[in-house]
Amino acid sequence: MQDFSGITNWIHTTLLSFMPGWLTLCVECVLIGVGLLLVYSLLALFYIYFERKVCAAFQCRLGPNRVGPLGLLQSFADMFKILIKELIHLDHIDRFLFALAPYLVIIASMIGFAVLPWGNGLQIIDFNIGIFFLIACSSIGVLGILLAGWSSNNKFTLIGALRSGAQMVSYELSIGLSVVTMVCFAGSMSVGDIVMAQDRLWFIFSGHVPAIIAFMIYMIAGTAETNRGPFDLPEAESELTAGYHTEYSGIHFGFFYLAEYLNLFIVSGVATLLFFGGWMPFHIPGLDGFNHVMDYIPSVVWFIGKAIALSGIIIWFKWTFPRLRIDQLLALEWKYLLPINLFNLVLMVLVITFGWYL
Amino acid sequence: MADIQEKIASQFADAKFTEGDTLQISIPDAQWHKLAHTLRHDLKMDYLITIVGMDWKESMGAIYYMMSTETNERISVRVETTDRENPMLHSVSDIWQIAEIYEREVYDFFGIIFIGNKDMRRLFLNIDWKGFPLRKDYDADPDINPVSIENERQTDFTDVYEEDGNGKVTKHQRRIFAEDDFVINIGPQHPATHGVLRFRTSVDGETIKKIDIYLGYIHRGVEKLCENLAYPQTLHFMDRLDYFSAHNYHHGLCIAIEKAAGIEISRRAQVIRVMMDELSRIASHCLFIGTYCMDLGATTMLFYTLRVREQILDIMEKTCGARMTFNYDCIGGVMQDLAPDFEKDVRALLDVIPGNIKEYNKIFTGNVIAKNRLEGVGVLSRDMAISGAVTGPSGRASGWACDMRKLFPYSIYNELDFEEVVLTEGDSMARFKARLMEIEQSARILQQLLDAGIPEGEYCVKVPKVLKLPVGSWFTMVEGCRGAFGVYIESDGTTKPYRLKIAPPCLPAAAIVDHITRGTKIADLITIGGSMDYIVPDIDR
Amino acid sequence: MPYSAWKDNEYIEKLVDQLNESGANIVVGTLDKLINWGRSNSLWPLTFATSCCGIEFVSLGAARFDMARFGWEVARSSPRQADFMMVAGTIVHRMVPVFRRLYDQLAEPKYVIACGSCAISGGPFRNSYHVAKGIEDIVPVDVFIPGCPPRPEAMIYGIMQLSRKVKVEKFFGGVNRQEKQEEFLKNHPVEGVKD
Repeated sequence: MQDFSGITNWIHTTLLSFMPGWLTLCVECVLIGVGLLLVYSLLALFYIYFERKVCAAFQCRLGPNRVGPLGLLQSFADMFKILIKELIHLDHIDRFLFALAPYLVIIASMIGFAVLPWGNGLQIIDFNIGIFFLIACSSIGVLGILLAGWSSNNKFTLIGALRSGAQMVSYELSIGLSVVTMVCFAGSMSVGDIVMAQDRLWFIFSGHVPAIIAFMIYMIAGTAETNRGPFDLPEAESELTAGYHTEYSGIHFGFFYLAEYLNLFIVSGVATLLFFGGWMPFHIPGLDGFNHVMDYIPSVVWFIGKAIALSGIIIWFKWTFPRLRIDQLLALEWKYLLPINLFNLVLMVLVITFGWYL
Repeated sequence: MADIQEKIASQFADAKFTEGDTLQISIPDAQWHKLAHTLRHDLKMDYLITIVGMDWKESMGAIYYMMSTETNERISVRVETTDRENPMLHSVSDIWQIAEIYEREVYDFFGIIFIGNKDMRRLFLNIDWKGFPLRKDYDADPDINPVSIENERQTDFTDVYEEDGNGKVTKHQRRIFAEDDFVINIGPQHPATHGVLRFRTSVDGETIKKIDIYLGYIHRGVEKLCENLAYPQTLHFMDRLDYFSAHNYHHGLCIAIEKAAGIEISRRAQVIRVMMDELSRIASHCLFIGTYCMDLGATTMLFYTLRVREQILDIMEKTCGARMTFNYDCIGGVMQDLAPDFEKDVRALLDVIPGNIKEYNKIFTGNVIAKNRLEGVGVLSRDMAISGAVTGPSGRASGWACDMRKLFPYSIYNELDFEEVVLTEGDSMARFKARLMEIEQSARILQQLLDAGIPEGEYCVKVPKVLKLPVGSWFTMVEGCRGAFGVYIESDGTTKPYRLKIAPPCLPAAAIVDHITRGTKIADLITIGGSMDYIVPDIDR
Repeated sequence: MPYSAWKDNEYIEKLVDQLNESGANIVVGTLDKLINWGRSNSLWPLTFATSCCGIEFVSLGAARFDMARFGWEVARSSPRQADFMMVAGTIVHRMVPVFRRLYDQLAEPKYVIACGSCAISGGPFRNSYHVAKGIEDIVPVDVFIPGCPPRPEAMIYGIMQLSRKVKVEKFFGGVNRQEKQEEFLKNHPVEGVKD
């Protein structure tokens, strides 16, 4: 298994060799920040392209193919355009909150990136409550959406924001509980530890029944959390025009647009971490030769590959299912997912206590 | 018919009867409300087809076309007033629910005030519009009503005219919404209204309390335009009302004109017309299924249904030369003969339809979310459907057998073997399914006609170059893709119609939305509105 | 599509000459090119349709014509986020203020395509008492697509024309499309609407 910590350590020691400790820290922070932003924007652009292509494939179409080879530059063109599009100034709005909202949303999703296990030794920060921190950060996003809806002084955005508030707060519960289930199984909240615990076999296999239930619930709740179809009520096109971001134009709208895709990545990244071993290659106990071959594939590829595959499933949901109604959406959470989840947690505890796992 | 005449003559001494295309009863306005009551309750004339506003120059009035759903008898009532300055008639909106909106339409076009109607606002035109356009003395000078980019004046009040015991009419104002209602404006530019329709919706949280419908954002004055055009020229507007039922509407107007002019068309032309009607019905229902699913969030379905629609458009294009506004049926038959490989193409289409329907059912109809969204939502009872004049698949989903192809078979429909799809649930799911099932029936009709072979003969009989209709009036109904489409022609013996009234199926379908959405969620407004499948240019004309 | 296949090359060349008259410095010119590349390749339509032409616009998005190939499929329902407005259908008196308002709500740069004979001149309804005779008096129009309704191929051609027009625009100074637009708006003011 390649270990990226060698590279990072080398950078660290080289920097230390000619500058003082505090400056090294600063330089490293800047480096990481730039790297993160780069990854962030490239991923977002890739995701936009990916979704458009996947959806085109479902709909027997070709999808973008004129701008650049295979249409790969399509999302770059979109980005350039959005960057320089007019920011409309509205009257009778809460200007401060209106401007703040998109930044809250985008920062919330950006912080989440910090704790994702990108590869072996390629984690920006690994602290003992990593997964808890991630869940906490991603919840800030809902605040941004609520503010956006409220400050726009528009009835559609208000309804969109209220829907979104109700939806996200409810589905946080499911996400939290299914994460707790897996944390119990892993025995740690540290992202690094969770990944290392799946060295032998991914949790989805070793935790069998409760893990699979938790995974399904997590995927459903995760889809709802990212406001994607069939749970895209806050921005339900046919009902609320564009939902909470109806009044946003230019780059502010671009932030919402990007954050939506990035949240998709984060949700599938966390699913990868909890159920599919993070950056851990696919191992089968006993088959050492096979495991060794798997180790040759770089860990970054494993992580991003798995995350994109899971996002593919969420995109598949969106282009297949019709949208739920708000009362059905809340009923699904409170009447079905939550009880199942609580039961599943007990089941998981039993599995752990009696050692029934693989 | 005779006993209706007898019954009415015994009760109403002033009633005069005219036999013609339909039995017409003339009654003075004073007794009209009483007669309406008798007609509705004693003679079971429960379906008010349309109200034709009329300006006979020396007098103004309205012709009410109605039908009994029990005996399938159709009659008309003529009510008139000689007061041109301040014409007033009695409203029958308490007897037939749909009359409320029909009377508003007559008021908008002719300025006839209906006493007792709860809502006497203009329907299609701005509140500040000057004049009543369908009056014969209307001044169409564009300077009187210029195109203005200033926002239209809005009001929360509507006028009500009421008569007290002494026959004195007073006008007062009524608030449309309660004072502290939270009113959302849905439309005219909104993705789910299927065009430029505007709902002012008062909500309580997500629950709808009341909807006030605003029309006229695509009112193009087709009826007035027709009055200045020769009969063959009026046909091309039919393409642009409900652009999915272009063939059916053409067919309807052609039948009306041919009946009036006494033209017999060849059997080949009739078969071609029926085949085109059914093809466009399939195309229309396919598009309905697609857009409906898209409204509900299942975008992908649209692309699957459009595949079939494109195939049908190809067939049409080969024969008619256009993708949408075909202008194919003409007086005396059809414009051109069929394309050489028409039969082959239609057979190829019929081969793919069963598989496609199966696919649609698999993707959408059987889906749990779809079931939850549609079943039991927006239930329209049979009585309500009849009173609200909701025809077509939407009416049939409520258990009302209202297929004009069966009730008043026109063309060759009486020779064809097909079933009328009638469901009883009356909810959105039933309306959705009714359309799916109608695709199958249309395919069946096409198969029959193909198997029997398209008869040889001329596709268009000779008609006089300058077509004049004799003095009189004719009313015809055909089954469009969205319901019963009626055409009323009144001729004064010239080459142009004196009055051409179009009774569209979509106006009642849009008007009923207010009644069946109360108490449901905002999301259900989209479900219900979508399932009524109205086409806005058809409503507004 | 090869350059020679276009039918109106003289017009575009004239436009380019006009723009180049004032001259441009090299940095600004390159930046302009980049911006125009982005803008011309990312035209998002506003979902706006009043009648028949709107249905052909739906067909345009479907598998056979697939406007997604050009990146036009991101139809936004909110005018704030759209780039151009395809006026598909008749605009009648009652719709005019709403239509104008939608135009005002679009964020710069905004373009208008008059699609179909109704939007161009009133079409078959020109003589009606309640139909605006073309939208040119209401908003500035960039491209006209004739037809009743235009075939989807014609619509693709029309939007590609718009894309070409956008490509030769100038973001910084020069004889700018935007100035012309402002002039138009000055001559057709709406009370109560700022900017």
